[in-house]
Amino acid sequence: MFEYCADPSQLSGLTWASCYLTTGKHLAFYASFGTVLVLLAIIVPVALLFGFAGAAAARSHFAPLALLGKGYSAIVRGVPDIAFFLFFVIALDQIFEYIRHRIYCPDWTEPVRQGNDFVVCAAAKLPLSTSPQWVHEVYGFFLAVLTFAIVYGAFAAQVLYGAMRAVPRAQMETAEAYGMTRRQAFWRILVPQMWVYALPGLGNLWMILIKATPLLFLLGIEDIVYWARELGGTKQAKFTDYPHGDWRMLYFGALLIFYLMLTWVSEKVLNRLMRRLSHGQATAAGEAMRKAGA
Amino acid sequence: MNKLILTAAALALATGAALAGSHETVVRMGTEGAYPPWNYLDDNGEVAGFERELGDELCKRAGLTCEWVTNDWDSIIPNLVSGNYDTIIAGMSITPERDEVIDFTQEYTPPDPSAYLALSADVDPAGGVIAAQTGTIQAAFVAQQGWTLVEFATPEETIAAVRSGEADAVLADGSYLAPIAEEDPDLVLLERTEQIGGGVGMGLRESDTDLKAKFDAAIGEMKCDGSLNALIEKWDVASTFPPC
Repeated sequence: MFEYCADPSQLSGLTWASCYLTTGKHLAFYASFGTVLVLLAIIVPVALLFGFAGAAAARSHFAPLALLGKGYSAIVRGVPDIAFFLFFVIALDQIFEYIRHRIYCPDWTEPVRQGNDFVVCAAAKLPLSTSPQWVHEVYGFFLAVLTFAIVYGAFAAQVLYGAMRAVPRAQMETAEAYGMTRRQAFWRILVPQMWVYALPGLGNLWMILIKATPLLFLLGIEDIVYWARELGGTKQAKFTDYPHGDWRMLYFGALLIFYLMLTWVSEKVLNRLMRRLSHGQATAAGEAMRKAGA
Repeated sequence: MNKLILTAAALALATGAALAGSHETVVRMGTEGAYPPWNYLDDNGEVAGFERELGDELCKRAGLTCEWVTNDWDSIIPNLVSGNYDTIIAGMSITPERDEVIDFTQEYTPPDPSAYLALSADVDPAGGVIAAQTGTIQAAFVAQQGWTLVEFATPEETIAAVRSGEADAVLADGSYLAPIAEEDPDLVLLERTEQIGGGVGMGLRESDTDLKAKFDAAIGEMKCDGSLNALIEKWDVASTFPPC
């Protein structure tokens, strides 16, 4: 990156470090922190949406919908994450490709499954093998978001379902007494009040989600764990300008600090959020705040 | 939820459709990127090594546009057959077990003995704990001998296990171990070697017969004009082929 980095073997100390820490590989490592944060930022709303839909469906008076909502959270919660990530992503990818195969190549006569191979016509490939590498990466990222959202949505559905049931029944009865329809009572009374009951569970889920992001690596996304392992490994002078021993402890130590910082900040934010949500609620915390204010 | 999945599916279809344009052949080359001198990531994070140079040359000769992708060794075969990339070029020895699942081109390096790396020269592999990378011919060999085997997902971890004393020796390709032994005075190569496995070839899907023919032809050409031997010597990955 810097001009004096042309021959790192002549450098030492800080100058060496400044060159070492700005190699293309390290820049990719720094960028992968962004990848993880972006992933978290996208997963949370999507998973909440899945969870909300699942919880609302589970409460439905229409039996098939209720079954769907309950079945979703029961099945997904029961499957080990790692199995889900290894199996589901490949299955999802193949479903997409199969649908496209049927649409784009109706004249194709050969079977899609040939022994071990999954063969679709070139136009059905997703992404097309002609598309540049970044498209493949974005697609992989999209699959990761979808998988994470489905898994964590199932847990969120259970949390929200419980939270909806925790809203005092008297509140709903009052709403009915005012002549609200079921729909109105749900959106105006139940939903605004349920968050305070949902937050501890959702906060917990968020913490688990943060810790689960290294699973990204299983999906072929070059995340922080991948780069830490790659950069920390022993490097021989033959294959790099910056030979060094086994530095994995250092790199994984940096990851440890990153994750601790992330969970520490989250905890602060969640506590503040909890205080805001408790305000004016018919809960012990809300009551305490009312008394303190009075 | 159903609606969401449908939307997501529609989105995936639409993106694909928008990208469906040119139909120039791009061959995606899958490698591990953690096995110098065969394949590794250079300081810029690009795939480098013997197989990078070989692969680029083969693609040039076969008139193909190639793109490099890295994938974990563990899942390198499943991801090939499900179509995430089109070839495996990752120092993979041709074995009958692998040949049942995927196809191989002709070998681009001859069969070479595997070597042991240990902390001292008088380690007896039969009595000790041997480290090897999961899913390699070396791991299969150690298991077959009935010796104590510890497996690791990456080559790097097998060496770390020997350094930390968790394993007495590591069994791997000599070309991978030699540069490590050269630069680390604590580690030595044992005199004993094992002749296991066939030569190294490129892995392809069994249904991809055209691509296999193209690479076979290009490898054959490089064998005869001496350029393959020159590459092998440059990177010191194996013994050379006899002139044809």
